[in-house]
Amino acid sequence: MENEIKLAAGAMVALGVATAALVVLPYVQARDITPPAKLKPYTDAQMRGRAVYIANGCVYCHSQQPRDRGLGPDLQRGWGRASVPGDYYYDKPHLLGSMRTGPDLFNIGARQPSKDWHLGHLYQPRAYVPDSIMPAYPYLFRIKDAEEARREGDQPITLPPGYGPRIDQVVVPTPEALDLVKYLQGLNHTYPVLPAPAAR
Amino acid sequence: MDSAVISLLGAFLLSIIGLFVFIWSLRQGLLVENPTAASVIFARGEVGRVDDPALREEGQRSLQQAAHPEPLPATDAGDLQARVRADQSTAFPVFMFAAFACFWLLLGSTAGLTASIKLHTPDWLVQQPWLTFGRIRTVHLQAVLYGWITNAALGMILWVLPRLLRTHLHGAVWTLLGGALINTGIAAGIGAIAAGWSDGMEYLEIPWQAGLFIVAGFVLIILPVLFTLVNRKAEHLYVSAWYMVAGLLWITLLYLVAKLPGVHTGVQQATMNWWFGHNVLGLWFTPVSVGAIYYFLPKIIGRPVRSYNLSILGFWTLAFFYGQVGGHHLIGGPVPGWLVTLSIVQSLMMVIPVVAFSINMGLTLQGRMHLARWSPTLRFMMFGGLMYFASSLQGSMEALRSVNAVTHFTHYTVGHAHLGAYGFVSMVLFGAIYFMMPRVLNWEWPFPRLITLHFWLSAIGIGTYFTSLTIGGWLQGLAMLDPARAFMESVTLTIPYLQWRSIGGGLLLLAHLVFVGHFMAMALRFGPMRTGAALFGARQPLEPAYGK
Repeated sequence: MENEIKLAAGAMVALGVATAALVVLPYVQARDITPPAKLKPYTDAQMRGRAVYIANGCVYCHSQQPRDRGLGPDLQRGWGRASVPGDYYYDKPHLLGSMRTGPDLFNIGARQPSKDWHLGHLYQPRAYVPDSIMPAYPYLFRIKDAEEARREGDQPITLPPGYGPRIDQVVVPTPEALDLVKYLQGLNHTYPVLPAPAAR
Repeated sequence: MDSAVISLLGAFLLSIIGLFVFIWSLRQGLLVENPTAASVIFARGEVGRVDDPALREEGQRSLQQAAHPEPLPATDAGDLQARVRADQSTAFPVFMFAAFACFWLLLGSTAGLTASIKLHTPDWLVQQPWLTFGRIRTVHLQAVLYGWITNAALGMILWVLPRLLRTHLHGAVWTLLGGALINTGIAAGIGAIAAGWSDGMEYLEIPWQAGLFIVAGFVLIILPVLFTLVNRKAEHLYVSAWYMVAGLLWITLLYLVAKLPGVHTGVQQATMNWWFGHNVLGLWFTPVSVGAIYYFLPKIIGRPVRSYNLSILGFWTLAFFYGQVGGHHLIGGPVPGWLVTLSIVQSLMMVIPVVAFSINMGLTLQGRMHLARWSPTLRFMMFGGLMYFASSLQGSMEALRSVNAVTHFTHYTVGHAHLGAYGFVSMVLFGAIYFMMPRVLNWEWPFPRLITLHFWLSAIGIGTYFTSLTIGGWLQGLAMLDPARAFMESVTLTIPYLQWRSIGGGLLLLAHLVFVGHFMAMALRFGPMRTGAALFGARQPLEPAYGK
């Protein structure tokens, strides 16, 4: 080939076809998507919690896309029905994820509604799941003297015996930790979607 | 209209158009083999002469003896002078990009090793937010993909293109500015990610505000490249030039579309995410590295590529198939079925360019493989080319639904990504840097044995890394698919494999310390006196100044 115009034009056509298929057509289709009736927009606290989730890269170990029965035992593991496009109506950025180093979290709010569990688990995952390889997030908490915390009206978290700090100290969650837990508790897509999620 | 009907109709129309283009190209004689075109990278009389600037004179002589023992006619001095002038015009930009690449390589692999260790030692370094797995892993990804590979690739493109076009680099100063902008964007983006400010999508984490610098930088590099292209003195546009120029155009547009703020949301954003994520590899790293092999490998062994037409076939099939494979990351996800099917089909079609490339390289190397014993750059290039074959075929297999059901969501995918980005792309770039730097700095590599050490540390490191994650990831996937086994089993069984991965990663970091240390020693003129890079065994006098 001798002609740089043909090279550039051919390269652009190739990219154009790919972009049409993977970006433009989905964009056109996505405009028809409506949110399921029972899906609520995120509250302010949940939005802040979602930002904490993104900032700390939770998405690199946890997916948010349970799959169909034909593709694995997601339903049997209690991760919920296969997700549909409408489930993500309010999501920006999307957090579908591509790894399951940890379990799928699309319905963690339904599976594990306890705030105390979430806070304690973030502080030290191995206190609840002995073999877990999830990092601990001590920087989302403050360790304070029990006396001082009581004076300031903090609400310390409860931890299984042996995982807390010194006897006269308590662990107090930061606002980020509380927001993150609000977001996790809100991850509940157990409502039914009708018609059935058929592949279009 | 139903989307299934649209996509069927689209595929049909494309096939018809493709058929007519094919018939037209036959009539134009485009498919007739063109040996002259394959030889344009050589000066007149150069074919038969080996070239490996990483070797000292005696090394070059043994290499020449092994490749072509009979005496050769003299090489055209005018052609060589044109090449020397091309090299002089790019020396400073290439050095800048290579130096940036070395810096990011060290930072990126330190971050990568840290992230790897954290996966089996989860309570290590947890007090600092910026060191948490989710951030340091992302810092690693950005530093190696955009910092190391992109900088090294840009340096290589700027060095190779003027040689191919037989002219000097027009507007070199703009490429310097572009490189500064790109690296400002990368540094700002990595800092932002460490501080917890991320756009939140894989491969697109750098906040779009910092991304603006990167786009602007790419534009400032592509304009001088296009200007050099239209002012070329070479009649024929060698295949490496297509790969490199097209790759530059593609990455600029990809990054621009992907970073458009406020356009993409929800599930559509996920498809866009993987369109970008896979095309960074497919339409930037791959064409650039394949283009590099098409230039360096024939040059080192002194023999043109065997079939120029196969290289053309490889280029256009790569361009048309690779762009559409990204959807296979969403198999089983909440996206339209036609999109996933399209991507699976195109992933399998990728066998064509890969096999075309591999046959071509196999034929070109026929009877010359033993030259790798002498030439370190050839070793890197051959290893890279072989890994391109392996990782691309593996990728095509992974797109199959049955394989994907096991491997998706597991460490297997991570192993595959490293086989491509390291085994193929990084090894080719290492080889290119070893080849280029003596000509850039006009100084030979001070400690040639370190090149061999680097090669083996890298090869054994990536081998360990890939093997452990492939086995561990596969077992992890099987455990996850078995409803009778608890999810935690899929976690605990991977631990020994993750530890082996850290060992492999440690070897890679060691390799990089050797490489960067050697690079710095060369730049600071350490080592025995080694002025003047060997050119065909004998040192050539350089014309003193650049420009005419």
